[in-house]
Amino acid sequence: MAEVTYLEAIHQGILEEMARDERVFVLGQDVGAFGGAFKVTQGLQARFGEPRVIDTPIAETAIVGVAAGAAHMGLRPVAEMQFIDFISCAYSILTNYVATARYRADLLTPMVVRGPSGGYVRGGPFHSQNPEAAFLHTPGLKIVCPATARDAKGLIKSAIRDDDPVLYFEHKYLYRRIKEDLPEDEEILTQIGQARVAREGKDVTVITWSALVWKALEAADQLEREDGLSVEVLDLRTLLPMDLPAIVRSVKKTNRVLVVHEDTATGGVGGEIIARINEECFEWLDAPARRVAAHDVPLPFAPPLEDFVLPQTGDIVRAVRWLAAY
Amino acid sequence: MSPDAAAPPPPIPAGLTRPQLHELYYYMRLTRSLEERLVNLYRQTKVIGGLFRSLGQEADSVGSAYALDRSKGDILSPLIRNLGSMLVQGATPIEVLRQYMAKATSPTRGRELNIHFNDLERGFLGQISHLGDMVPVMAGVALSFKMRGEPRVGMVYVGDGAMSTGAFHEGINLAAVQKLPLVIIAENNGYAYSTPMHKQTAVKQLVEKAAGYGVAGAQADGNDVLATYEVTRAAVDRARAGEGVTLVELLTYRRRGHAEHDNQSYVTQDEMAAWEAKDPIDRYHRRLTEAGWASEDELAAIDARIAAELDAAVDQVEPEPMPEALSALDGVMDTPARAPMEWYRRLHG
Repeated sequence: MAEVTYLEAIHQGILEEMARDERVFVLGQDVGAFGGAFKVTQGLQARFGEPRVIDTPIAETAIVGVAAGAAHMGLRPVAEMQFIDFISCAYSILTNYVATARYRADLLTPMVVRGPSGGYVRGGPFHSQNPEAAFLHTPGLKIVCPATARDAKGLIKSAIRDDDPVLYFEHKYLYRRIKEDLPEDEEILTQIGQARVAREGKDVTVITWSALVWKALEAADQLEREDGLSVEVLDLRTLLPMDLPAIVRSVKKTNRVLVVHEDTATGGVGGEIIARINEECFEWLDAPARRVAAHDVPLPFAPPLEDFVLPQTGDIVRAVRWLAAY
Repeated sequence: MSPDAAAPPPPIPAGLTRPQLHELYYYMRLTRSLEERLVNLYRQTKVIGGLFRSLGQEADSVGSAYALDRSKGDILSPLIRNLGSMLVQGATPIEVLRQYMAKATSPTRGRELNIHFNDLERGFLGQISHLGDMVPVMAGVALSFKMRGEPRVGMVYVGDGAMSTGAFHEGINLAAVQKLPLVIIAENNGYAYSTPMHKQTAVKQLVEKAAGYGVAGAQADGNDVLATYEVTRAAVDRARAGEGVTLVELLTYRRRGHAEHDNQSYVTQDEMAAWEAKDPIDRYHRRLTEAGWASEDELAAIDARIAAELDAAVDQVEPEPMPEALSALDGVMDTPARAPMEWYRRLHG
């Protein structure tokens, strides 16, 4: 066993897949000798050579388009968005070209688009986004959002091996804050589409993913200590395809559910989850399904502003108390 | 005027053979005749959706695609007016008819329209409607050739309209930097829908844009199939030799509206007449017979063969069924996401 950060786990996952399968290659801005803005791809070019770790111009549409063309030909590209905020520059080609390829043309596009997402890092409106809701709406894309180092590694490896295009949203707040002992002699593969019960509980379910799994766990500890409440935390890990059975199972167990996400509330993934709960297990609910999400503003920079806009542990604690008392 | 029976025909240009010259004629005529059949079917409301003609542009499609080498595995991605390029790469009239008539048997099982379909084995990758996107995608295809050390070439079509998009710019720029084996055909047919070229770009010739990307540029009369072939072939050879991207501008003219519903009210009669006089098939027909590279009888036999082929194709495709409604749900991803509408479908049995 060795202690591995969330960031190292992503790096290890890509490295292992490149070593295992010569069809895997990396492309993106500054990913080569420089090793990427956050050093996720550090050392890969030295090990695997320039043709397999390609520095590109600042051109997200081209990065995604080139990855798609190469993927059609049987290669397995891993495209980096330097910050995931810039994936919107490639929104059209991702949703119109890549996502539709299998359906409209029986064209396989086994590619990964990954990049640092999320706030809590004083990054301001253009280096803090969580773009999952924009893509959840598009049939044909898979979306994964790991919360742990183990899943960061297991999901990047599974994403690279997947025959469909996968958006891999890693959380930059977790990069060096989360560490975990990972076995060196075991291949870690996290199945796409499977949620994980991060903490068992019986009174209230908190459904969340990525960095907010950790705030939900903090809140659960506090609620157990201060209120004697037993909170179940469900880490979705994959948003598409969504693990609806796991959601339904947990709701039927606790009968009270809170969805927590870092992205803004309106049109967010939480609305979709609550709609499905409504369709599948309305009669099991003892309280309205609620959500805690970011306020509907572009994410501001100054610490008091960012802290207010983004969900905090205290927000989760208050919402769970409200649900438990309902 | 027919050549003196005793005088040998002039040498065939561009290293082509007599059978190849006939094949070029075949593909141009097949393109036009297939589209004429589609017009008839469109008027009978048997074509579903719009119909896009390449009348007057058959030479640039056929001549450029013919410069690729299918035996080497070259791949092209056409635009909506490059039916001829698809046919050269092995797409069949039956497939095109099935696509236009939304048949279950169509290459896309009724999911996509017209010539939006692909077969990488035969060497064509269908476009999507978002102009410019195929430039980076074909750059990716060409990147795979380069990474694997394969002597294959990619070709992608853009027009005076598509070249205004960001995707075109990003794609050609990346392909240029990576020195990819890619030929970009800039089909200058004068109009993007109703917008003339001078409202699309401030350059006078599309080929001028090559300099801005540091790639080679070339230009040919797109209504002259042999000139088109020759210039494109040089670009293909450069790409195969590892010398990178060429932007080839082919000058032509769109003699029908954007689609059949468009009456081209924005075009003058004089302009149209001038281009009708430069019809690429008439010109080529004249050139073949005058040079003695083909006889009138040989060309008439090709026309008759095409007519018979198309009769059979239409007869075969017309009665075929459209797809079953429920087939719409298959194949979005490997493991289908559980459909949120499932409860509703259960309700309706």
